[in-house]
Amino acid sequence: MKRRSLMKAAALVAAMGMGSAAFAQDGEKKIIGVSIPSATHGFMGGLNWHAQDTIKRLGETYPNLEFVLSTAGDAAKQVNDIEDMMATRNIDALVVLPFESEPLTAPVKAVKDAGKFVTVVDRGLSQEGIEDLYVAGDNTAFGRVAGEYFREHLEPGSKVVVLRGIPTTLDNERVEAFQKALEGSEVEILDMQHGNWNRDDAFAVMQDYLAKYPRIDAVWAADDDMALGVLEAISAANRQDEMWVIGGAGMKEIVKRIMDGDKQLPVNVTYPPALISAAIEMTALNFVSNSPMTGRFIISSRLITPENAGQFYYPDSPF
Amino acid sequence: MKIDLHTLGPLVALIALVILGAALNSSFLAPANITNVLARSAFIGLIAVGMTFVITAGGLDLSVGSMAAFLAGVAIIAMNAALPGLGSNWGTILLGMAVAVLGGIVAGYLNGALITKARIEPFIVTLGTMGIFRSLVTWLADGGTLSLDYGLRTLYRPVYYGGIGWITWPIIAFAMVAVLGEWIMRHSRFGRHVEAIGSNDRVARYSAIDVNRVRLLTYVLLGALVGIAVVLYVPRLGSASGSTGVLWELEAIAAVIIGGTALKGGRGRVWGTVVGVLILSLIDNILNLADLVSPYLNGAIQGVIIVLAVVLQREKRAAEER
Repeated sequence: MKRRSLMKAAALVAAMGMGSAAFAQDGEKKIIGVSIPSATHGFMGGLNWHAQDTIKRLGETYPNLEFVLSTAGDAAKQVNDIEDMMATRNIDALVVLPFESEPLTAPVKAVKDAGKFVTVVDRGLSQEGIEDLYVAGDNTAFGRVAGEYFREHLEPGSKVVVLRGIPTTLDNERVEAFQKALEGSEVEILDMQHGNWNRDDAFAVMQDYLAKYPRIDAVWAADDDMALGVLEAISAANRQDEMWVIGGAGMKEIVKRIMDGDKQLPVNVTYPPALISAAIEMTALNFVSNSPMTGRFIISSRLITPENAGQFYYPDSPF
Repeated sequence: MKIDLHTLGPLVALIALVILGAALNSSFLAPANITNVLARSAFIGLIAVGMTFVITAGGLDLSVGSMAAFLAGVAIIAMNAALPGLGSNWGTILLGMAVAVLGGIVAGYLNGALITKARIEPFIVTLGTMGIFRSLVTWLADGGTLSLDYGLRTLYRPVYYGGIGWITWPIIAFAMVAVLGEWIMRHSRFGRHVEAIGSNDRVARYSAIDVNRVRLLTYVLLGALVGIAVVLYVPRLGSASGSTGVLWELEAIAAVIIGGTALKGGRGRVWGTVVGVLILSLIDNILNLADLVSPYLNGAIQGVIIVLAVVLQREKRAAEER
């Protein structure tokens, strides 16, 4: 009796093993391709870190999901990556943060036409209705939230300088929203030059602003990497007490300084690099649950203040 | 004595830019702005002096920007790692400086050895090492930014911002390296060998010059100068990332060519390179100080000035040959 039940248990185990093997062979093993730009600046570094972290975690949670991650330094390389994923890995879904909208539209559409699930992250494609799921930060709100803070906290007649990012539609949306938020106020924007979301470039541009304008009351650096370059230029000119600086995206060093109540950095506006995690996670849920995962998911840009900074502080992330 | 207009071409362009800058904005000639521009030029300047030797000997090095980023990353990691043992003092910083300079020498030797011993084209070797150094620093930084410990930074900071009056250390280092480089190129045996190899390496070999050794040394010299540039760069922002030193190699090469060194080698002019570096950083500075054009067009203005500077020299040279 005892022996029989033992055998039964063994048979059951074997059957289960075979069953799960058959399960996988039936195509239940799903491969999700993730294609993102490589870590060329702080924000993208954070995004890369969050993507790897999420893939590792989801791979452990769902053994039947497999992930293919590729990073590209330019749009052409990204197109190649996606073609390779289709040809050699036979992916079931694609999570893509397009390097540029135009060149990636046709290749991503080809993936969709092959019947795959497509998630587009942050930068929209130039043709509507291709993607199943769209996950993005809110660039307009990013500029507006910063602009409103400037409007509320500066005296009429105050003078502001702006550092712009790499010339892109994303940068234009932010800057336009910022300008719109300041419209009708007495706050004057003295200058807007490109710091290319780069610390060194921002340092040089800010040095030149400081040489050019005897009075600056506040700086919109629009990015935390640029904010750090700007702060360095200001302290080299010994003008720390004259102006404050608002960056953006919530870099951990900056968030820490806000937590500590640094007067030069009163607040920050979020644009979380972890939005890639949301995109990968939601794509995974499409395959492992019955939750409907199509549509648009816009992550809001929020104001980080000394009071709530603790919620936005991730000491382990490289960004 | 006839004034040689064609060698003075870059200098004339530089003086014209200074006059233009002063006319457009009164703060252009303020000591603070001059310090900024000269100190900013120092990184590219140091590298460009070394690049003058490499190009004069008929070589090329595309890896210097990535090398600078990599060395900055390694130096920061070394200083942070030594901090618990050595403490927050100048010893730790000197160690970081030594790591940067020695690392530069090793990296330069690696480039030079692959070119002279393995006989691979300099363009290909340094294109390869450019990618390697860039990836390594991104990997070391985990895609983010490597930052120097705050206490060390505060101590190290005066190396970039301090100096004698408004003449900061980067300016002093740049000036010394430029004078020394000009002397080596003009008056030392090494400098003459470099020019001989660049104009005709076969004849140089028949003249009993150890061509490979001299070539290798030009890359080692360049590597060491990249290391010195890093020593001055790290205290500025106290950090290194994958976006550090992007396109420095092209700026250095452009400065060398604007200065009148021939890209095909054989004729090197270190003081011309210095003028070229100053021209490039002045263009940036003037475009920021004066709202002449849409910032979208800054790159175009730079391009036009670079091409113009070289075209003017070419015409004068052609006239001379007639």
